[in-house]
Amino acid sequence: MVVAKIIGLETEFGIAHRGVPDPNPIAASSILISSYVQQRPGAAPAGPIGWDFEDESPGTDARGEVAPGARAPVVETHLVNAVLTNGARYYVDHAHPELSTPECADAHAAVVWDRAAEEIVIASMAAASAVLPPGEELVAYKNNSDRKGNSYGCHENYLVDRAVPFGSIVSLVTAHFVTRQIYTGAGKVGTEAPGRRPADVAFQLTQRADFFEEEVGLETTLKRPIVNTRDEPHADAAKYRRLHVIVGDANLAEVATFLKVGVTAIVLALLEEGAAPPPVALADPVGALQQVSYDLSLRAALPLADGGTTTALGVQWDLLRAARAQHERGGLALAGGPVVATVLDRWEAVLEALEADPMSLSGVLDWPSKLRLIDGYRERHDLAWDDPRLAAMDLQYHDLRPDRSLARRVGLEKLATDEEVRRAVTEPPSDTRAFFRGRCLQRFAPQVVSANWDSIVFDVGGVPLRRVAMMEPTRGTEAHVGSLLEGCTTVSELLDMLGT
Amino acid sequence: MPAREQKRKQAPEREAEVIDEEPARAADATQLKSDLDDLLDEIDDVLETNAEDFVKSYIQKGGQ
Repeated sequence: MVVAKIIGLETEFGIAHRGVPDPNPIAASSILISSYVQQRPGAAPAGPIGWDFEDESPGTDARGEVAPGARAPVVETHLVNAVLTNGARYYVDHAHPELSTPECADAHAAVVWDRAAEEIVIASMAAASAVLPPGEELVAYKNNSDRKGNSYGCHENYLVDRAVPFGSIVSLVTAHFVTRQIYTGAGKVGTEAPGRRPADVAFQLTQRADFFEEEVGLETTLKRPIVNTRDEPHADAAKYRRLHVIVGDANLAEVATFLKVGVTAIVLALLEEGAAPPPVALADPVGALQQVSYDLSLRAALPLADGGTTTALGVQWDLLRAARAQHERGGLALAGGPVVATVLDRWEAVLEALEADPMSLSGVLDWPSKLRLIDGYRERHDLAWDDPRLAAMDLQYHDLRPDRSLARRVGLEKLATDEEVRRAVTEPPSDTRAFFRGRCLQRFAPQVVSANWDSIVFDVGGVPLRRVAMMEPTRGTEAHVGSLLEGCTTVSELLDMLGT
Repeated sequence: MPAREQKRKQAPEREAEVIDEEPARAADATQLKSDLDDLLDEIDDVLETNAEDFVKSYIQKGGQ
């Protein structure tokens, strides 16, 4: 079966509480989110809508067994946890503010709602400043490391056919995840990998490669694996998987986000359609992940299990060729509809540019943009690569305050229009179940007790509470329930119409 | 686009076109350098004032 590649992005932001001697990141994250929720634009209900933990099972392993000693993530139910009218979840996770986008039907929508997430965090910083004492400020960073060995993630998730064996997903996506770093990397000065000194690596392609130690596993905070086995479909578990990808960087460059999710959705669709190229078996995937990240020439020979070698560009060209061929045969329709053609064209143009002159992608991708800026500063002031001024610029590239962000100054190409992003701050996507979630919050927030990815619980005055299940991520769209929602004036009417 | 031209270099009939591109690419490089100089001038005002303290104090708890 081929299933629509519904996409989500889950970003943990770095958080700094300036102006206090002993900042508490959990308190800071809570203040950031609460300040926003209480001043939420649009129809604000009496209080924030809580998250419903009924179906949370992050400890379930896609391999059907739990590895001995593997620690299942702890679900923290007592912290700030809100659902927004655009269908997103905004909450405190592991001492970081996290924003999970609503379900998106294609890579362009993922870019739009990821940009909206940035705008929500920017508005949150302003809202927090209004309630904090003078001299205090909360600052959020869209990056993945504090440069001291502590990392936090930007996860992706993709809806996948349950019938596809997990082993075949692992075989195909491992080499893709190792090699896509050449366009997904957000760049980093130095290294934090255990056993290496920062000066061993002047600049690398990614934020995250230093922190991965395993090929496959359930962990997300320790011994991080290239392929994560968390099996939490948030949908009909008999039909779907939801591949949870933890290996990527958080991107400021919209083209990088577009390719990160657009190409990965295509690669998974190739597998479902039986059109994937033969899997590339790397001799040492974890070693190759760091090798690719540390190689600015993009020419490094990556050892293969069979004794040969390949390159990051070579693996990506092979995937692109297979995708082109399948698209020309009329395939990949469910990997993002008409956006698939745009992903293929941009993927090809970026691979050509990376092959010819990666620095020509300054202003397009994150790592060349950051490298050009920092290397230019380094040359101008004749600095060594370990000068703290370069490390500070690296962090400040990701500062989300519009007047401080260096990413905003390097002239990054935009794919989402300002109007699309402005709308997406409060409006859900129209073509996934996020539409139903978002519209219900807009229309009936006082009666919504709680919500999560696959259900909404209403209080219509009687007992018991009424739960509406949403086990199909492609249903509950505007086409499906738009006119029904428009025609209802009360929740009771809505529930009657839905037949629940 | 420089990327496209370099790839075409392998095709003999494109040889002349590649050579024609060279002066344009040199001009592009000069323009890029000048843009970078302007950008570096501009960011001087927004960079963190005490880089060393800023980098030291940016400490996060590990996440997922």
